[in-house]
Amino acid sequence: MNIKILYFARIKESVNYSTEDILLPHNVKTITDLKSYLAQRGDVWTDLFTTQQTIRAAINHELVDNTAIINDGDEVAFFPPVTGG
Amino acid sequence: MSIRVQTEDFDLTAELAALRSSKTDIGAIVTFIGMVRDLNEGDAISTLTLEHYPGMTEKSLSDIEKEANSRWQISQSLIIHRVGTLKPQDQIVLVAVTSPHRAEAFAACEFIMDYLKTKAPFWKKEKTSQGERWVEAKSSDDEAQARWKQSD
Repeated sequence: MNIKILYFARIKESVNYSTEDILLPHNVKTITDLKSYLAQRGDVWTDLFTTQQTIRAAINHELVDNTAIINDGDEVAFFPPVTGG
Repeated sequence: MSIRVQTEDFDLTAELAALRSSKTDIGAIVTFIGMVRDLNEGDAISTLTLEHYPGMTEKSLSDIEKEANSRWQISQSLIIHRVGTLKPQDQIVLVAVTSPHRAEAFAACEFIMDYLKTKAPFWKKEKTSQGERWVEAKSSDDEAQARWKQSD
């Protein structure tokens, strides 16, 4: 399936991407799967998505946990804990 | 209920006048304004830049207002959050809640801020004499938000 991924703040700077359209293999179904898949890119991706560093995820503008299911056409976002206000 | 995400500053007096103009059932208005401090973690701050997630920010703030509205008797609520680069003494955020009675307005205003701090997708980057750094999330903000959790 095809999805869009957005990166924000510290994570955007680390991976040097703000957005990408990506075709996912069939075995990537959840946020956990997607993190593992992205971690295979190596270097900063591995550091970001396999360490204990807290990364929040959203699907279609809704905060989700790691078990959330990703569907074709979704907009997935990764970002650090929020610090507004 | 309304929300605005903007780079421009806001004027409290003008915002309150607009909120009050059409309503005769308001007995209380509670407002909160968050400001940029000149000191954080012991370092002098020269600028603070706020990034956000357009689309999700508006949805998140709107959901927070709806939740506050379902818990308390609120007449109106307004959230204005600024983005872009700010400097010490600048206003960052305004939350205003009107209600027939003060207790509801106080509670709803604090609830909205506690949820905004932990749920709305904003990130602060501050500039010090050593360079730029992202502001770390605080566990005290998570604890403040957790106070409002309901058992149901």
